Amino acid sequence: MLGEPRADRIVIVGASLAGLRAAETLRAEGFTGSLTLIGDETHPPYDRPPLSKQVLLGKVAADRTGLPQRRRLDADWRLGVRAGGLDPVGKRVLLDDGADVPFDRLLIATGTRARPWPHPDEAALDGVFTLRTSGDAAALAARLDAGPRRVLVIGAGFTGSEIASACRERGLEVTVAERGPAPLVGALGGTLGELAAKLQRAHGVDLRCGVTVTALEGDGRLTGAQFSDGTRIDADIAVIALGAVRNTEWLAESGLAAGPRGVTCDAGCRAFDMYGIVTDDIFAAGDVARFPHPLFEYQLLSLEHWGNAVAQAEVAAHNMVSPGPRRRPHLTVPAFWSSQFGLNIKSVGVPTFSDQVVIAQGSLKDARLVAVYGYRGRVTAAVSVNQARSLDYYRHLIETAAPFPPAPGAADQRESPVPVPSDVPDPKLLSHGPTVALTGHLPDRRLTVVQPAR
Amino acid sequence: MAADTLFQRITDYANRADPYPLYAELRENGVARQDDGSYLVGTYHEIAALLHDPRISSDRRQRTVPDGAAGTDEGVPPSFIGLDDPEHHRLRGMAMRSFGPPHTPDRIDGMHEDITRIVRDLLAGLADKERIDVVDDFAYPLPVTVICRLLGVPAEDEPRFREWSDAIVAGFDPTPDEDPAERQRAGTEARKTMALYLGDLAERRRGHPSGDMLSAFVNDAGPEGQLTPLETMATGVLLLIAGHETTVNLITNGMLTLLRHPDALARLRREPELMPLAVEELLRFEPPVQMLPQRTPLADIEVAGRTIPKGSPLILMLAAGNRDPQRFADADRFDPAREDNQHLGFGSGVHSCFGAPLARLETQIALHELIRHLDTPRLIEDPPEYRRSPVLRGPRHLLIGRG
Repeated sequence: MLGEPRADRIVIVGASLAGLRAAETLRAEGFTGSLTLIGDETHPPYDRPPLSKQVLLGKVAADRTGLPQRRRLDADWRLGVRAGGLDPVGKRVLLDDGADVPFDRLLIATGTRARPWPHPDEAALDGVFTLRTSGDAAALAARLDAGPRRVLVIGAGFTGSEIASACRERGLEVTVAERGPAPLVGALGGTLGELAAKLQRAHGVDLRCGVTVTALEGDGRLTGAQFSDGTRIDADIAVIALGAVRNTEWLAESGLAAGPRGVTCDAGCRAFDMYGIVTDDIFAAGDVARFPHPLFEYQLLSLEHWGNAVAQAEVAAHNMVSPGPRRRPHLTVPAFWSSQFGLNIKSVGVPTFSDQVVIAQGSLKDARLVAVYGYRGRVTAAVSVNQARSLDYYRHLIETAAPFPPAPGAADQRESPVPVPSDVPDPKLLSHGPTVALTGHLPDRRLTVVQPAR
Repeated sequence: MAADTLFQRITDYANRADPYPLYAELRENGVARQDDGSYLVGTYHEIAALLHDPRISSDRRQRTVPDGAAGTDEGVPPSFIGLDDPEHHRLRGMAMRSFGPPHTPDRIDGMHEDITRIVRDLLAGLADKERIDVVDDFAYPLPVTVICRLLGVPAEDEPRFREWSDAIVAGFDPTPDEDPAERQRAGTEARKTMALYLGDLAERRRGHPSGDMLSAFVNDAGPEGQLTPLETMATGVLLLIAGHETTVNLITNGMLTLLRHPDALARLRREPELMPLAVEELLRFEPPVQMLPQRTPLADIEVAGRTIPKGSPLILMLAAGNRDPQRFADADRFDPAREDNQHLGFGSGVHSCFGAPLARLETQIALHELIRHLDTPRLIEDPPEYRRSPVLRGPRHLLIGRG
């Protein structure tokens, strides 16, 4: 329902998953005004998860991951042009090609880009890659086809680990360098990090943890790398997988609360300005957004998750064309997945928001398990390895702030039910406060219930 | 209260044609404890939660008071439908190797033409008949032929395994009648006979691969090894029964529903591309598996404010959840183009229907061809005569005339 039809012109900056789903939702909710999507990539919206998996394996061409469009959009697509600025008073988006695009309501969905290697000279060596766009994936896949002697992956987060997995599946020699104590440890903590390390090594990865790459060597072409422990390797490809940088520079002079950590918005996806005042007409969604989540003590979360991009875009779009009382909060429980080294890893909740972890189902030995994370006695996350079917159960525990450790009795409980420290490095400073639970199953019936601090 | 318990009324054959008012009553009651200590759950969100709850066992031996259907038969072990992880996962995974992804992703898709041919042959044989029994003439022979080819069972043995199958289905009928023990004993006996029959078929293929699933069970090994002969038997029985007893009802319930909703039938003729959505709606509206009668909590669990004690029989009424207005708008309306239709027709969670892709494909093709074949079909008897089972619910015969 269109309550306040003053939004005749909606502009979406960012034409990837969040931008596309928001546009579709706007039309589905009956928005009939003009709709403009601005994207700096020349491709129509495409799916990124396959880029580090099927595309690198050569099973799917990099230009064949286009996202299905769920309805006719009747939109003005401005692809291949970057938004360079925002004039919130004049309500215009300024494009790098000199044009400006007026709006009544704006959605910021500019996402992230790959964090570049910090030394531009080394980054410019032939053979040094990042992986974020389909162009990146096409170039890297082509070089993997050519049969390099060794691939160096710098950073063992999800993307880096998936790249290493694809290389090993192709039979390529791989070295992975990770500054932390184990792969995935930053996202999943110590217990699963250890499992990931074991599996990488079992799959023939030369995994080096606790080291950094101090130099990429080469003369025009990459030839090798030096490590902080004094060792060096020969390598003809290096993939920089050091995480993502949020695309907010174009908002530097907009007066919005936008910076390296994202565009801060409220639970209804409305952006804050630099004074912390919520704007009426500017919304944010997807990887670039930073929003408070009641389940996690209202900490501002930025989630680089496929599912979050979809869910948040739908909430943002709904709220852009709905009057105040009909607006919805973005209360989705965070979730993501990864596939690597024969493992299917799925997560619900926020594993880093934890102090303890317990293996509630299955076993580390079989690499088939569910790890449940808790913080100060309540369940805050669960991660499954090759066993995703009961994750809905744990999501419900998270939503209802169920006590941690979870009640025993799982049919396939194998390991000790005694929780151990979750060993998330650099734990956030978590403050003690009231616990919040979610109720309701339908988006328009979801509410939070506050239980006073115990 | 002298009146029968709700579960007695649901399973009462007199209510087979239309159990839906009873399901509505069940949803109103919340979690319904029966006099025998079992618990019924009929609301969508609670059923969905229980289907994903790792503390809910499918192994009847976990019940505090084991029942006769608990597979006390020494000899043939339970199949994976009656086991929990990790054993369930191991056996299901080995059976899946020759059926679906990731190892055999094209098996079902590759049967499209085959199924279409079987359907057309069946329909060609009916061309002269003025009056058709949808069950005997069509909905039964189709899945039987398909599952026989898939497993590698000679179709001419159908009369033999039909008898066993009937007895096995009657054996797990949870209707609280006067003497369930005899039914259960006969079911157990039939299961053993069918197991030996299938085990023998499989053994004859050992070393002589023939492309079917029984052959794969004895010839192909994955990282977890091979099914043992006993596991092959148990799995074969499960797949043979599940492969036809359910799909026959889905197709028949489907045709019955379409004949009761002429607008929907006309729309599907005009827009055949809607058939996949229509089949999902049938799985919601008239699911061939009405309930899962064999769950048991492994701990005291709370459901909708009520505690179900560890070891109690727990019955999940899928068909009631499918009509829950808290989940589906206009839940009692048949809408062949319904969106957001995450029904419970195939269950959910670890035991989510193994053969779902095959059932979908068979039913989509069957109904598509059947409504093309019949110009002006009409129901001769409504409601039709139903089969006994309240679990696998469907008409015994469905007589239709050509107009």
